[in-house]
Amino acid sequence: MSLGVYIHIPFCAHRCDYCDFATWTDRAHLIDEYVDACVTDLNQRHTAGLLPEANTVFFGGGTPSLLDSPAIQKIIDVIPIANDAEVTVECNPDSVDASKLAAYARAGVNRLSFGVQSMVPDVLGALGRTHDPDNVERSVAWARDAGITAINLDLIYGTSCESIDDWKYTIDATLALRPDHISAYALTVEPGTPLGKAVADGLQTGTDDDAQADMYLLADDLLTGAGLDWYEISNWSEPGAECRHNLGYWNGSDYLAIGCAAHGYTQGRRWWNVRTPERYIEAIQNGTSPEAGSERLEAAAVRDESQALMLRTAAGIPHDSELDLVGNDLAEEGLLTSIEDRWILTRRGRLLGSEVITRLALGRVECQ
Amino acid sequence: MIQLDRLRNLAIIAHIDHGKSTLADRLLELTGAVDARDMRAQYLDSMDIERERGITIKAQNVRLFWHDHVINLIDTPGHVDFGYEVSRSLAACEGVILLVDASQGIEAQTLANCYLAVESNLAIVAAVNKIDLPAADPDRVCEEIERVLGLPAEDVLRISAKTGEGIVELLDAVLAKIPAPTCDDTAGLQALIFDSHYDPYRGVISAVRVFNGTLTSGQRLRFLQANATHDAEEIGTRLPVPTPVTSLGPGEVGYLVAGIKDVGEARVGETVTDAARPGAVLAGYRHPKPMVFCGLYPVVGDEYADLREALERLSLNDSSVTYEPETSGALGFGFRCGFLGLLHMEIVRERLEREYDLSLVATAPNVEYLAHTTSGEVAVVDNPSAMPDPAEIASIEEPYVTITILTPTEFVGPLMDLAQSKRAEMTKMEYISEERVELVYVVPLAEIVMDFFDQMKSRSRGYASLDYEPAGYRQSKLVKVDIMLNGVPVDAFSSIVHNERAYDYGRRMSQKLRELIPRQLFDVPIQAAIGGRIIARETVKAKRKDVLAKCYGGDITRKRKLLDRQKEGKKRMKQIGSVEVPQEAFVAALKLDD
Repeated sequence: MSLGVYIHIPFCAHRCDYCDFATWTDRAHLIDEYVDACVTDLNQRHTAGLLPEANTVFFGGGTPSLLDSPAIQKIIDVIPIANDAEVTVECNPDSVDASKLAAYARAGVNRLSFGVQSMVPDVLGALGRTHDPDNVERSVAWARDAGITAINLDLIYGTSCESIDDWKYTIDATLALRPDHISAYALTVEPGTPLGKAVADGLQTGTDDDAQADMYLLADDLLTGAGLDWYEISNWSEPGAECRHNLGYWNGSDYLAIGCAAHGYTQGRRWWNVRTPERYIEAIQNGTSPEAGSERLEAAAVRDESQALMLRTAAGIPHDSELDLVGNDLAEEGLLTSIEDRWILTRRGRLLGSEVITRLALGRVECQ
Repeated sequence: MIQLDRLRNLAIIAHIDHGKSTLADRLLELTGAVDARDMRAQYLDSMDIERERGITIKAQNVRLFWHDHVINLIDTPGHVDFGYEVSRSLAACEGVILLVDASQGIEAQTLANCYLAVESNLAIVAAVNKIDLPAADPDRVCEEIERVLGLPAEDVLRISAKTGEGIVELLDAVLAKIPAPTCDDTAGLQALIFDSHYDPYRGVISAVRVFNGTLTSGQRLRFLQANATHDAEEIGTRLPVPTPVTSLGPGEVGYLVAGIKDVGEARVGETVTDAARPGAVLAGYRHPKPMVFCGLYPVVGDEYADLREALERLSLNDSSVTYEPETSGALGFGFRCGFLGLLHMEIVRERLEREYDLSLVATAPNVEYLAHTTSGEVAVVDNPSAMPDPAEIASIEEPYVTITILTPTEFVGPLMDLAQSKRAEMTKMEYISEERVELVYVVPLAEIVMDFFDQMKSRSRGYASLDYEPAGYRQSKLVKVDIMLNGVPVDAFSSIVHNERAYDYGRRMSQKLRELIPRQLFDVPIQAAIGGRIIARETVKAKRKDVLAKCYGGDITRKRKLLDRQKEGKKRMKQIGSVEVPQEAFVAALKLDD
């Protein structure tokens, strides 16, 4: 079983309108203390024997690329890392330059994930993003100059002002940069975000499931055609370039949560840390646990959950006498396909994943 | 025992808001029945709904003492649907006080109840109320009373229940003008139950009027219509605090507790007599007939048993409610209920929800139709989904009512337009004074049931009043419109409408449902149909995407909770053919107005 370490960096220069993540734009003064707290947290776990060798490390945010390379270095240095480990940092194309990326590489970072979202300025504006699409091209070049070849470009589709042509342009322009990995997420309007409020107040139209479905299918066609294979609902990569850290979430591997609002999963227990950076720093400085809550699931819930997670991936789930009745129905409806004794989502099934997962779980209950 | 000539039994007839409850309050105060410090407004209105809506639903009674006489005051409801409750109150009286607002004038329903009193040979003491208000025009109102009821204007008293002006004179007039009860000394005990309610500790508590003989505490009693025997555990009078007495003599009004647990054994209209020497059944009693029907369903399926029990309890207090179990594909198990009118329906539903803590869905109200089939049979249809197939129907009859509208002259035009749009035929138009007109129409009850009352009120700025009475059945061009989901009829939305309205109804309901029904894996046609003919069609397009795009920073817990919620939602879905619909969608469709 592999181990992942997730480090949450809750700082941004600017908050995007759709974002409901735990991140703050007015707390840059806390960065040093926060990084020290992460280091202390990791050291304490190591001392306690709770930090075995990590196979993947992921700096997520927020905007981890706001951290300078010594900060990244400090954190990586206290993690026992396997030889072939994947070490990813999420980057905003606006907050990197050639020397920062080179320094990241020297610190041990070997994968970068850039928040591109769109290559169309109007669409970026509607998302409340500030970067210039040209920054993306420059950033990817700097990454390659630094020797980092594993590059993900994150896209968001289905903003109400985005046409299918806009989306095609974004995909083409993204593919032209030849990344080995692309994530494409349908925009979700979350309540409590500026976008959610604008939609609730009728100032902006919400997302359209049908338009998003069309965009998904277009993306799948173009990405697959460019040699990036689908391997999870929202993720495509060259063979072997899958994000191992994210795969760990779907296939039930353990992962540690470092930093505020981070979620961990170890030894069958899901747990999460306090939400704000201040409280995280305070807990670590006081020598108390930053954990805010946890849950341990019953066997049936664990099974349903792992089924729901695994089904999102191209590996699918194994045939099982309690599932196969519903599985056959879903296959007849064109939502599942059976390959080598595993149930795998079809393209249509990927878009209707919630329906499939819900019916499989209810079908199992009926069988029992 | 009270001497007969010292007794007076009377009711107050008044339109809603004309001050009846305030008058009752003054009478309680003036006769010393309630101390000033215990007084609260509308003392006799005991239900929350009555106080909130300012109307009286349940008849109450109270014993007052005035100048060596006993006056039994029987409060009556004041709304168009409750004519039946008025009639049972009147059956216990020898006279009435007619109370009319000095600025509003006499209202349609007051007129109807007054005619009822005249028909029952009751003495009428007329009084014009609220003379203290600046807008009061007692001369005009007295003249109106003279013109429509034939009571001399100079005999009409002028009072203010609010200030107390003229109340002493009113009480004196009651003693002078309303006759004392009479009785047959040779007859055995005959007492009429004119109201009953269920008390969880004591069982049924009935309001009774003794006509002949004496009702004695401990007496073995025979309930003639129920054919049951019970002992009089307690008898008493309301002063207004319930006060036990050893006996109630002829002419007296009081209450009876006989340890009755079966709600069916002390129905309103029952004759109570001595078990050893039974008297005859008291006559002259008008039984209520439900005119408006709807399905009532619990929002939560497992509250069905609670709903049944609540209906059983409530029907004891209000025996005019009828209920029969029915099953709906869309709404599950529930009851088809009959009501006296729309307000009655609304109030019953509100009482069920409030007093019995239930959450209910009501289907659209309908009336009772007579369907003549081609085979020569007549089917009585109180539920649209039970209407025979159009191919088997020769003709359909629907109930008509005669409506009487009293309105200030300035609103005659708008009200005539309204009547026109409701298939109404005018039978009479008469000026009852220079400012007010009486309009009489014959109109299908179904048209009145929907929204007539509200529209009449809005078009007359609240000034017009309405009364209606059954006018038999007539043949009409009616059709049943079915609403189908993916080809399967949804019973809760079937409706019987006039031919000319069918298209509009079908289109409106289909559109509503299209907005409310969640998308399925396939296209779901929503069709409105008459027999096999489709008159409107909408489509709920197939759902193409429902997947959750992203999982943030390993937060699987949140994702699982979302899926759990979806799982729970799916379990609660009602299956209509192959279409899954949350019950909330049906509820919302039934709740939406227009």
